[in-house]
Amino acid sequence: MPHHAGPSAQSTEPERGPVVSLRGITKRFGTVAAAEDVSFDVFGGEVVGFLGPNGAGKTTTMRILACYIAPDSGSATVAGHDIRDEALEVRRRIGYLPESAPLYLDLSVSEHLSFIAELRGIRGREAVARIGRMIDVCGLADVVHRDVGELSKGYRQRVGLACTLVHGPDVLHRDVGELSKGYRQRVGLACTLVHDPDVLILDEPTTGLDPSQIVEVRELVKRIGREKTVILSTHILPEVEAVADRVVIIADGRIRASGTPDQLSRAAAGSRALRVSLRAPEARALEALSALAQDGDARKMSDDADGFATYRVAGGDLASLSDAVYELAREQDWPLRALSQESAGLESVFLRLAMRDPVDEGDGAGARGFPTARREEDGRP
Amino acid sequence: MTSAIAIARKELRGHFNSAAGYVFLTAFLLLTSWFFFRSFFLAGQATLRPFFSMMPWVFLLFVPAAAMRSWAEERKLGTDEVLLTLPVRDGEAVLGKFLGGLGFLCVAIALTAPVPAVLLALGDPDPGPLVGGYAGLVLLGAAYLAISLFASSLTESQVVAFVVGASMSFALFIVGEDVVLVAAPRWLAPGLRYLGLGQHFASISRGVLDTRDLVYYAVVVGFFLYANLKAVEARKWR
Repeated sequence: MPHHAGPSAQSTEPERGPVVSLRGITKRFGTVAAAEDVSFDVFGGEVVGFLGPNGAGKTTTMRILACYIAPDSGSATVAGHDIRDEALEVRRRIGYLPESAPLYLDLSVSEHLSFIAELRGIRGREAVARIGRMIDVCGLADVVHRDVGELSKGYRQRVGLACTLVHGPDVLHRDVGELSKGYRQRVGLACTLVHDPDVLILDEPTTGLDPSQIVEVRELVKRIGREKTVILSTHILPEVEAVADRVVIIADGRIRASGTPDQLSRAAAGSRALRVSLRAPEARALEALSALAQDGDARKMSDDADGFATYRVAGGDLASLSDAVYELAREQDWPLRALSQESAGLESVFLRLAMRDPVDEGDGAGARGFPTARREEDGRP
Repeated sequence: MTSAIAIARKELRGHFNSAAGYVFLTAFLLLTSWFFFRSFFLAGQATLRPFFSMMPWVFLLFVPAAAMRSWAEERKLGTDEVLLTLPVRDGEAVLGKFLGGLGFLCVAIALTAPVPAVLLALGDPDPGPLVGGYAGLVLLGAAYLAISLFASSLTESQVVAFVVGASMSFALFIVGEDVVLVAAPRWLAPGLRYLGLGQHFASISRGVLDTRDLVYYAVVVGFFLYANLKAVEARKWR
């Protein structure tokens, strides 16, 4: 892991052990449990994707971690500091970007950054230097010293839409309220980074951006993630696959699974299935397919045109299973129209876990054979 | 404390970066000048008494208007989530907003300087009530401000914040006025008179700086800032 060599006061933190640790965090709003017994660890230098459908409890968990709201029960630490007893210490060590990057719209970008830096205890010459660096890192400066005429078309269009640079002036002296969403997100990110925090907590940093802005912000997060510990929430799967070293899946306030994207896909592969489109008497087809399937798990999925029907046949070794199904169709002389593997990957894990009814499966992570990854297991460098 | 001052500066900057700040200032100055000069030339007396005696009424509109956005806007835009997750105590944020608002108020009060200037040029007013009157304005304004900031911390809506702030200020002002005192039971009257915001202002603006009046304003400001703090902290447990 690239160690960040800076004059940061926090660089003495040992890298071993979790940097962020949640234990049994529960928060209820009325009768609704926004977070129920949420426990997970984040280790130094990791980028963890906090994945779940809308309303799953991501924001609540992140707000608790940022000491914005207090949990009903459970505990959490950031760099060894407790969120209840040492809230200010915790806040010093994190950079938190709330959902949709709220900013003071009546300040200019540089005023905004100075304000945040000042409240972070960064003053004078150091503040100027840090703010300058943030402007660099977050790409707020690219455009400052350039004529609009030099910019690429896409850039110009964005900038034009943002009505930030039409006259070629400095973005920094624009009121934040005049900036486009993409720029606001960058300003928000710059604000969370200005004090060089150990841990970044980003709540849906790409929501509401256009595709090119999404790619930009992801690139930015990846770059930041080389030096820092990042927890990033999202409901978008490709985002997690693009930036995260590890995924924590949450739904209905509970942690459902956790592991590297690979581990989760592999776990999903263990329960893969074939889709078979056959023209055959239904009862006989089901009987024969059940005999081939793992645990007799064969179901009819749909009736198709021309008397065909699609069946789902669960199996461990899909290669030999598909051979067997083909053999069966040939012997019985059943026309076979399609034989395919059910899609695997993170998506199916996510759908199966996240869209599941909130059945009582109290033990959360680790249940149903999904790995709760420890750092030692997930093969990180 | 440095955080509170940083927040105060930002609040002050917010007032002057937005059109609303200038609109409020202009309206305030127009209103006070018009009310004063309307009767000034008729009466032909070099006294500021009418000027100071209408101030509690003008402030009743001006202060809640200037303070209404402070917390309500933060909540609406979600910026309180940024502010209150910085290494800043909730109390420092509350104090900072109060100091920033007080700064804006002092600017507004200072801009009424042409009124006494005209008076000094045309006549020979008593300096005691002049100095006392301005000190009283700052104290009275601070009390209205603390009340209005508390009202703003209760809601996301600036309109609601304004109405609640103005109503609460009005209530605390009117209990000490004659209108209420005449109707109140005799044994209650002295207590109500002491409770009223305006009575203390009246005695200060006569040029008499009494500790009891100072203590009164300190208690009112302290009480509402504390209530403000509790309202801000309440987010944690909702």
